[in-house]
Amino acid sequence: MHHVLVDRWSQGSTALHRRDPRAKIVALLAFLIVLATTPPDAAATLVIDAALLLSGILISALPLVNLLIRAATVLPFSLTFGLISWLAGDTWRAVGLIEKSYLSAVAVLLLVGTTPLPLLLNGLESLGAPRLLVLVAQFLYRYLFVISEQAQHMRLAASCRHGGEHAGSRKSRFRAAAGALAVLFARSYRRAEGIHRAMISRAFGGHFSLLFPPTFRASDALFTAAVAAFLIVVRIQ
Amino acid sequence: MTPLIEVRDLHFRYEDGTQALNGVDFTLHPNETVALLGANGSGKTTFVLHLNGVLQGEGSITVCGMPVNKDNLAGVRSKIGMVFQDSDEQLFMPTVLEDVSFGPLNLGLSPEQAVQKAKSALEQAGMAHAAGKAPYHLSAGEKKRVALAGVLAMNPEILVLDEPNTFLDPPAEGNLLHLLKSLPQAKLLITHNIYFAAALANRAVFFEKGKLVADGSVEEIVQRFNWTYDSLPADLRYSAQRRF
Repeated sequence: MHHVLVDRWSQGSTALHRRDPRAKIVALLAFLIVLATTPPDAAATLVIDAALLLSGILISALPLVNLLIRAATVLPFSLTFGLISWLAGDTWRAVGLIEKSYLSAVAVLLLVGTTPLPLLLNGLESLGAPRLLVLVAQFLYRYLFVISEQAQHMRLAASCRHGGEHAGSRKSRFRAAAGALAVLFARSYRRAEGIHRAMISRAFGGHFSLLFPPTFRASDALFTAAVAAFLIVVRIQ
Repeated sequence: MTPLIEVRDLHFRYEDGTQALNGVDFTLHPNETVALLGANGSGKTTFVLHLNGVLQGEGSITVCGMPVNKDNLAGVRSKIGMVFQDSDEQLFMPTVLEDVSFGPLNLGLSPEQAVQKAKSALEQAGMAHAAGKAPYHLSAGEKKRVALAGVLAMNPEILVLDEPNTFLDPPAEGNLLHLLKSLPQAKLLITHNIYFAAALANRAVFFEKGKLVADGSVEEIVQRFNWTYDSLPADLRYSAQRRF
């Protein structure tokens, strides 16, 4: 499962993993702003931005190929918009869209892969993100586990009663899949309700408290300042 | 003796119109362990979900002298520890230690105090060695113990256990029984296993169609409602019976 794997990545203990989540969030924001304002034909700047991400991946000891493949999830979307721009005769815009969306996805994965989700959301909240939004993200992430687990159970049950992967007509397989999807959401909803009951039974009042809250140190400030300064210098040259 | 739980004339109807509770009266005294018996859908789980305000019906409920209402929910939930049937619903934090500390942190304890409480509860439940593990790597018996530790870390006066032996193999069930027997709290135990109930409870009540229809010893209730495997043919009875 994708989110379980990223969750595992985030449990590492490299220098980048140990940085305060707020420092990493601000550095990511700086990267995204600089990337968004870089002209699509500024190849040297984009290569240096990519090299910065690459060094981040190597420092944090995340599996490079795996991460790059996962970041490619954005490509179907950006390729669609890139194709539209290309058909409209704006080739540089098309290239820029694809390059920037892919680099942004790698940067976000680097942040998520080096920061456990509770710490990341806590960091976002302390930087002023709306509490309700953070809470929804927290639940959404937890419930992803619930939905994948339910889907696996249903797939197992279905395969036990099925004549094979290609049994039945295409139409009947589509109907069965659509029905299963509805059941999956109903079951996941029920399961999520159970989790919520268990949480409020243990006095949950709408706020996830951290057991080991991070402390923002001088080294974190230095990290953010160094990343931001480097990006700005590269951008304006 | 002041009762720990006092329920009077409790009614509850689900949104789909099902009348789940139909005038329940119940009292739990200190040091008691009461087994809640009855058929599936008779209202046992719905009843216990009212005790800490997860569900709210009509009638009056008092827990440790506090009426269960919106103003007292935090206090009531610190007094009643609820262990759910499916431990996976109860274990949602990345590590066992973080999960067990979840309740104490919500009660306003500092992280250091919460860790101390969690470690002591894990010790009590025999799961101290698993503190750093992810809950989804544990066996069903271990998950049940961790779920129990998560509740014990909040120092409750009452434990509510909803079918605690579900999914457990016989040795794990035996270990859980020993552990529960050693805990000083008053307990409410929902179970279909009369042997588990008889080994743990000194009183039983029987639910039928949302009403509490009998109150007595486990043996009395079992006999009165023929709540056994006796209707099975003799050759099937041996495999169906278990002893502790």
